[in-house]
Amino acid sequence: MNAAVAKAIPEIIKDNSMLKQKEMIAGHYDRLANAGETGHKVACTFVPGNLNELIMCFDLLNNLPEVNAIQNGLRKLSGSYVMEAEKNGHSEDVCTYVKSDLGMIARGNIGPYGKPLPDPDVLLLSYTGCFTFMKWFELLRERYNCETIMLHTPYKGDGEITQNMRDYMVKQLKEDVIPKLEKVSGVKFDIDRLRGYLKESAKAEDDLVAVLQSAKNKPSPIDAYFGGIYYIGPIFGAFRGTEDATEYYRYLRTEVEARVKQGLGPVTPDGDMGEEKYRLVVEGPPNYTSFRDFWKMFYEEGAVVVASSYTKVGGVYDFGFRHDPDHPLETLADYCLGVYTNRNLPERVKMLTNYVEEYQADGLLVNSIKSCNSFSAGQLLIMREVEKRTGKPAAFIETDLVDPRYFSAANVKNRLESYFQMVEQKRAGKQPAVGAMA
Amino acid sequence: MRTFIGVDLGSTTTKAVMMDENQDVLGRGITNSRSNYDTACRVASLEARIDTRLTLCRRALSKVPAIKGKVGDFLAELERAFRLEQFLEQLDDLEDTCLGQVKGDRFAKVEDASKAALAEVFVRLRGEAAALFAPGAKRKSDFFRDIAGSRYLTVAESVAREVSLPYDLLLNVYDKSIIDVENRPPSEDMDGKFKRALEKVLVDAPEFDAAGDEIRQAVVDALEVVLDEVYLVGTGYGRVTLPFSKEHIRSEILCHGLGAHMMYPNTRTVLDIGGQDTKGIQVDENGIVENFQMNDRCAAGCGRYLGYIADEMNMGLHELGPMAMKSNRPARINSTCTVFAGAELRDRLSLGEQREDILAGLHRAIILRAMSIISRSGGIKDEFTFTGGVAKNDAAVRELAKLVKENYGEVTININPDSIYTGALGAAEFARRAGESGNGGEAS
Repeated sequence: MNAAVAKAIPEIIKDNSMLKQKEMIAGHYDRLANAGETGHKVACTFVPGNLNELIMCFDLLNNLPEVNAIQNGLRKLSGSYVMEAEKNGHSEDVCTYVKSDLGMIARGNIGPYGKPLPDPDVLLLSYTGCFTFMKWFELLRERYNCETIMLHTPYKGDGEITQNMRDYMVKQLKEDVIPKLEKVSGVKFDIDRLRGYLKESAKAEDDLVAVLQSAKNKPSPIDAYFGGIYYIGPIFGAFRGTEDATEYYRYLRTEVEARVKQGLGPVTPDGDMGEEKYRLVVEGPPNYTSFRDFWKMFYEEGAVVVASSYTKVGGVYDFGFRHDPDHPLETLADYCLGVYTNRNLPERVKMLTNYVEEYQADGLLVNSIKSCNSFSAGQLLIMREVEKRTGKPAAFIETDLVDPRYFSAANVKNRLESYFQMVEQKRAGKQPAVGAMA
Repeated sequence: MRTFIGVDLGSTTTKAVMMDENQDVLGRGITNSRSNYDTACRVASLEARIDTRLTLCRRALSKVPAIKGKVGDFLAELERAFRLEQFLEQLDDLEDTCLGQVKGDRFAKVEDASKAALAEVFVRLRGEAAALFAPGAKRKSDFFRDIAGSRYLTVAESVAREVSLPYDLLLNVYDKSIIDVENRPPSEDMDGKFKRALEKVLVDAPEFDAAGDEIRQAVVDALEVVLDEVYLVGTGYGRVTLPFSKEHIRSEILCHGLGAHMMYPNTRTVLDIGGQDTKGIQVDENGIVENFQMNDRCAAGCGRYLGYIADEMNMGLHELGPMAMKSNRPARINSTCTVFAGAELRDRLSLGEQREDILAGLHRAIILRAMSIISRSGGIKDEFTFTGGVAKNDAAVRELAKLVKENYGEVTININPDSIYTGALGAAEFARRAGESGNGGEAS
């Protein structure tokens, strides 16, 4: 194989998954835009505890307000939506996903792809660990006056899923969630149809885990935070359980495995990343309004994120959980119970500590989100504990999800550079420097 | 002599430290950062070189038996004479620049009169210059802009009145000139100024006359030492704007941590309150940063806050601390928002509260905010080193000591008189390591 061909391969392979995802997302927004004409009914739900397989059983289209806010953040639209929501009385401290969504609705509900979004027929709240979610749906219910279903997910306060918890959720699914979805959609629930989707989910989950765990290689072929955001898109959104998702993850896995074989690092917006100098674990969501600038602060310094908790908010798969077609309702319960933000602080500490160790990271970086209490509470404690257990340096930066006013580039860069140099210093060993003053 | 320079480009001031290969600090320099970090860097480095020459003079003079015990006095005289030379040189530059501004319609009928008035202003400024640098003279600031500026305004007002010229004409030429003068690199003729200063001291201070030749020789020897600047490291907010390559840049957090460790090797926690940020830093026994927190999005409660308060109260920055120290009943002030502070201040004054109590309350508010940042970085461990411009303020230190004791018990608090140079010192040490190891300083 000559050099030109060898160089061309990753480019072509890279395009496969990227093109596939682009096509999937554009198609999805088209379906949402045309829902009125095609007669599709629409469900709104959130990423953590997203019961996409169940929603599909009722021929409902899944419209995820958080994803819309993220897409609007990436497209620099969220800032004006946030301000619109504030104009309508929402306080400065409210979650900016909420304000971006409400601002977008107030401006005519044109989605991030420039096409109108449909009114929901049902609001399905299947993860209740974030209190803001409940308030968000209250506001949407007020506006749309549609069926609202609340599947209560018990908090894993003791770090374990008990049979009681599972039974409690299955009972809610059987007695409340499924009957209401049948009523809204007019489609009878078919458990075998659900089993079919769950089977697809498990295939995609296997490939996703392989992709995320490829970061254990040195150099890591992926960035498991910034790149990871793209990788989790289909499975955390409206595609888990679809053949499209299975295909996407198969492409992605093939591409990533090829990069491992070639010893390549991650692909960044500026092409292949240079030498891998720092391997980090990141806790917390990213900033979306300055996503590329934020990412650049890492890859320009040779910093790659090898594991992140944010890529587990829509499901934690790397410790063995897979959607199980043989126990369809129980597996949905386990899925909701297991999402990252439903885990208690000791579990989060354990997970992050494992990541630092298993992925041979240089340390932990916390990106604390100004307007997200459910993620941010306890992060300083988490940071100190992980630092103590691993002996690796940690650092703390602060940004916001989709409010561009809360991304202070110079400040973030300053902290990051300090952190990278701190890692460097630690790694280089210790040299006494006393006895200096004249 | 192999030397290493650390430059800390802060938002308010730029500091430089020159170090030798034995980690001995040879010289320190400071200047206001202006809006031009490039010049600030050059000026601060030049100041550090001047200070280095004084250190070398001290070393050389200590070997002259005839002035044993008087070296300090002699050097103080020498420095004052040198500063005067430097001031006069910049005054010449200011005069030339001001004269160049006397043009255009505005001066159509008064060009000659304005030039004559300016000449008179500068004659008077030169005349009083010696007194500004006399022993024991108190200057509001050591920066040319501040010293020359305040005197120019006073003198120009009198001259304008005497010759019946509108004062704003003279004010206008000054305003147009000062930034240029300030941003012009100072003359590099350091030796010439030192030699002129030396002769002046020998003439003015007869007690040194007897040993004149030996002193001359020692000073000349010190001036002739070749300073080989092996490596320079820049830190601080302005660092990215400088034409330094990446290897020559270090984060100020690391520099402050290392600098504090070098000043006090037992330091474990560092608090730095600078112009626009407050940093809480934890360091290990080798000065390596273990954790840090700093303010984010908002510079409430930083050094600039005090600057703003000083302006609001029409006081000098250095006068705030002493006034607050007079208070026994600090006002309770929660807002550290720089903008709100002005309103808070006026409100309190209108309620009849004492200025010293309000000021003490403001100092406490700053320190409360700093305490929150430190606690987020991991709290205070013994020993605790306080650095940055605010560490020079006794009222801030008093509040800090109280709060440290209340929250963390007995802890040794270190405050170095040169604490403003902590970041530059750390940078100089990084430069030394880089220069010695030839690997860009990574083996730290």
